[in-house]
Amino acid sequence: MKKQTNIAKLLLYAILTSYAIVTLIPFVWALSASFKPLNEILAGGLNFIPQEFTFNNYITIFTEQALFPRWLFNSVFVAVVGTALNLVFNSMAGYALARLSFPGKKTLFITILAVLMIPAQVTMIPNFLILKELGWLNSYQGLIIPGMINATFIFMMRQFFINFPRDVEEAAAIDGLGRFGTFFRIVMPMAKPALAAQAIFVFMSFWNNFMAPLIIMTDASMYTLPVGLNAFQSDYATYWNYIMAASMVFTLPVLVIYIFFNRFFLKGMSFRGDK
Amino acid sequence: MAKRKYTKSQLREAGQGYVFLSPTIFTLLVFLIGPIVFALFLAFTRVQLLGDTSFTFVGFDNFTRMVDDTRALIALRNTAFYVIVVVPIQTILALVLAATLNAGLKGEKAFRIIYFLPTLTSSAVLVMIFMWMYRPDGFINSILGGVGLPTYNWLNDPNIALISIMIMNIWATAPFFMVIYLAALQDIPDSLYEAADLDGANAIQKFWHVTVPLLRPVTGFAVIMGIIGTFQLFDQSYMFSGGSGGPDNSTLTVVLLIYQYAFAAYDQMGYAASLAIALAIVILAATLIQRKLSKDEEVY
Repeated sequence: MKKQTNIAKLLLYAILTSYAIVTLIPFVWALSASFKPLNEILAGGLNFIPQEFTFNNYITIFTEQALFPRWLFNSVFVAVVGTALNLVFNSMAGYALARLSFPGKKTLFITILAVLMIPAQVTMIPNFLILKELGWLNSYQGLIIPGMINATFIFMMRQFFINFPRDVEEAAAIDGLGRFGTFFRIVMPMAKPALAAQAIFVFMSFWNNFMAPLIIMTDASMYTLPVGLNAFQSDYATYWNYIMAASMVFTLPVLVIYIFFNRFFLKGMSFRGDK
Repeated sequence: MAKRKYTKSQLREAGQGYVFLSPTIFTLLVFLIGPIVFALFLAFTRVQLLGDTSFTFVGFDNFTRMVDDTRALIALRNTAFYVIVVVPIQTILALVLAATLNAGLKGEKAFRIIYFLPTLTSSAVLVMIFMWMYRPDGFINSILGGVGLPTYNWLNDPNIALISIMIMNIWATAPFFMVIYLAALQDIPDSLYEAADLDGANAIQKFWHVTVPLLRPVTGFAVIMGIIGTFQLFDQSYMFSGGSGGPDNSTLTVVLLIYQYAFAAYDQMGYAASLAIALAIVILAATLIQRKLSKDEEVY
């Protein structure tokens, strides 16, 4: 019996390890290429450790590819501002839907849930025309403002605030804080775990979004990294050393966030799964 | 209904409610509900973008045109093929990985972190890495050739190109559903497995007769999310083919076709909008059929 469980365990470890290798190889292979000179990559060897280790690929994309630092800035700016607005606005909306009573509340809540079901392709074309009329094509606001709220996270914040202890707010009211003071100074700081889970997902969706910047940003200097990387690849198809270095720079921020916030991350995931 | 009189504090609370919701109401109206109405209007018009944008009402022309549009039919066929292959494979792979991870082995957390990496990574980065590995003399062919397996022209063979995207996306998406399964697995009470032990069930029987049935609601969720996601395939097709959907239309998806009509031509936006609405209806129908099927299954 004991021997049988050992064999079973071994088999499970074999499955887990082989899938881990399948997952890791593309990343490790790309990382190793980002430190190789181009001729070594094109020679087609299968060595993971570079024969000639170099930082030149990274130095080149930052110094000689004038647009790359700009794309990095655009991505950071859009993702950070977009996330900040989402955190404030989704929480405000979730709080009002959970705590305050006013006419039309139910209709609004149902509308927000219904919007979750509409595929983005339906609104993509009209949004382009609206942004064109507003003169917001090729602008940061064109990318940020339409995405400054998120129905999924309004719903999540509503669930969070429904379970939030009322006496905390009552105590704040006795201390003379108004509704807005209570919300921003007392309630929001106590919502940190929910905000962290939300921040990770919203940041990632701005950071990784390809379609919206592809449509909205027509000027190369306004591209975000995904669109820039794609444009770079079609112009310099054989410079895999630079493309891999750029890909690694692009992946690093998300990786850092994931490692530091892993705990909140799983919370956010399981919430999405429970629905 | 008799008109209710509001007290002063009720009025104030209502006002606060609207202030808290004002950014949401603004965005909903201008960038979601407005555009949905606008899209319905566009679907029945011909849009001319050059100079001043003009709209001409054309009735159902955009919808009848789809039937004769060869590329639309190709796009629909490619997309349907993609959905039918990818959804079951990624769901089963996610379930198997989750069950293996949940077996209570040491190092579960490390494996979980590794598995999740592709889901975090941007589609653009994944496409770059895979396009490079898929090259005729690239990593994947070198490995296949090295162990004596056939090699393929992953990117430029019309029979293979869509499959190359499938492989990449199953690899990238399965871990997302794995985490959802994992959360559900941890909620299954041990007592059920202990009862199965007493009946003399082995590991595979326990998986099949205890785990799988209990996870049915999660599977339903994973399949519906999978259907919605796969029907909207765009980024990978666009980048792999440089926006064309090639080689030989083999990676042309419905959303890529909508994009091409809307943004690569000057007068096809109305038709593109009608295709987008048709796609939304197809997704909704597929979701409802899936729901119905999984309900019927529960009966027996």
